[in-house]
Amino acid sequence: MTRITTDTVEQVADLSKLILSDEELAGFQEQLDKIIGYFEVLNSLDTTGVEPLAHPLDLRNVFRQDTVEDSAPREDALANAPDKTDEAYKVPVVIESS
Amino acid sequence: MQYETVIGLETHAQFHTRSKMFCGCKTDFGAPPNTQTCPVCQGLPGTLPVVNRTAVELGLRAALALRCHIAPVTQFDRKNYFYPDLPKNYQVSQNYHNLGVDGRLEIEVDGQTRKVGIWNVHLEEDAGKLEHPEDTGANYTAIDLNRAGTPLLEIVSAPDMRSADEANAYMNELAAILRHLGISDCKMQEGSLRFEAGISVRAVGGEEFGNRVEVKNLNSMSAVVKAIEHERHRQVAVLESGGTVPSQTMLWDVQREVTEPMRSKEEAKDYRYFPEPDLVPIEISPEWLDQVREQMSELPAVRRKRFIAELDLPPYDAGVIVEQKPIADYFEQTVEQGVEPKTAANWMMGEVMRVLNERQCEIDDLPVSPPMLAELIGLVTDDRISNSVGKTVFSEMCSSGKKAGEIVEEKGLAQISDSGELEAVVKQVLADHPDAVADLESGKQQAKGFLIGQIMRATRGKANPKLAGELIDRLTGD
Ligand SMILES: [Zn+2]
Repeated sequence: MTRITTDTVEQVADLSKLILSDEELAGFQEQLDKIIGYFEVLNSLDTTGVEPLAHPLDLRNVFRQDTVEDSAPREDALANAPDKTDEAYKVPVVIESS
Repeated sequence: MQYETVIGLETHAQFHTRSKMFCGCKTDFGAPPNTQTCPVCQGLPGTLPVVNRTAVELGLRAALALRCHIAPVTQFDRKNYFYPDLPKNYQVSQNYHNLGVDGRLEIEVDGQTRKVGIWNVHLEEDAGKLEHPEDTGANYTAIDLNRAGTPLLEIVSAPDMRSADEANAYMNELAAILRHLGISDCKMQEGSLRFEAGISVRAVGGEEFGNRVEVKNLNSMSAVVKAIEHERHRQVAVLESGGTVPSQTMLWDVQREVTEPMRSKEEAKDYRYFPEPDLVPIEISPEWLDQVREQMSELPAVRRKRFIAELDLPPYDAGVIVEQKPIADYFEQTVEQGVEPKTAANWMMGEVMRVLNERQCEIDDLPVSPPMLAELIGLVTDDRISNSVGKTVFSEMCSSGKKAGEIVEEKGLAQISDSGELEAVVKQVLADHPDAVADLESGKQQAKGFLIGQIMRATRGKANPKLAGELIDRLTGD
């Protein structure tokens, strides 16, 4: 049985903003289907009455106090941006307002 | 056919914290772009977020005030989507184990109390801001990440409201609670309080909800009210003409006062939530909840009821005064000085609010303390100065910070309550206005008001109006 169809791969690619060729689609379909197949092994276990695990570490309540620390200098913040003005990151025009 | 509007509101309030949700960057509004960011809130790989404890506690205050069930264990989830204002490509939010669920908020509309259900209250982080350059030729959008990572509280109501009035009451009550409990400053003009409305219409008495239109970009409470009215008319017109209203997301156009479908491709909402692996769960013990409860001040609804029951304030006055906690505190401190509550309320709603409006400042910025206001009110109620002089003295107090008594002394504003002193003035005014005197003697009572006005003018407001009236009566041989 096929668990992952090319439609699913296309949808995932779209959500991830990836453009895939037909060949790649077919390739990923096969690979993803196999990967998902491994999870069937886990599904074969009886987990009745077991609470889903929220976090693998046995840690709770890790907090910081509400105190202000120094921010990064703006030059550093913008240093990695492929495109920028003196004070902001630059991206292609976004039409809708946020 | 008769239609009813079904409204649910999503509210985002920025927490009143000094630092961000997961890092120590400042949350100040209006700082130069990209000066309040660090590798954590820039979303750089390899960084780890740490939860701001104060934000969690303020969230708990909100959840308690809204009568929610508090999660014994809560945790964060990632909400995945691509947008240029979201540096990590996911927003840290809550989906599976919200901080609080199944609460309610009581609102009052036209003297009727209604309960609006609260589906959930949860914690998340704000996104950055997109700036569209002013010069029209610019072909780019600028991103400012100062806001990214600011602690946010989201409050999702049930679709329990049936009119714009109810939505308005809900928003105002919610804002009053958030301000009273120090959770958020709720400055809509600075974006620290924002709303999204889910609006549908259906035949009155119908059981199924109509298709829901989500309206975004609502930057004021009045925009929410207008958008609800607009959508109601638009959706009813579609239904009346035999059409169906599509479920969609629309933007409110503030200038044209209409809703517009979002121009971008409506993406299928698939946020692929999953537990945030970088943050460990938060356990909320009963002891911690008790501590939070102890820090909570009286809720606005309770305070209003107390002002009405114990201080005998009219419900309208109680509503206006309790809207903002600093005003309510100031009022109460003034009353504690022995001022009659209704008189104090009149001063708060009149002169005090007028000056705050005029100066665009907060009550804590005024150099006039509650005991100083009480002293001034005392001078008026004891007839030492007239009401109109009292107003002038108040303005002067706000400018100079001097006490009422000093100002009255310095400027010789004490009311003339000595009949001998006032009699000369009254005689002069009567002599100057024989027509009015004749009118009065022929029974036209409004002529007396005119004459008192002239006496007040001649004495620069210092005449005791009651005494002036008595003198007119006596001197006109009435
Ligand atoms: Zn930061």
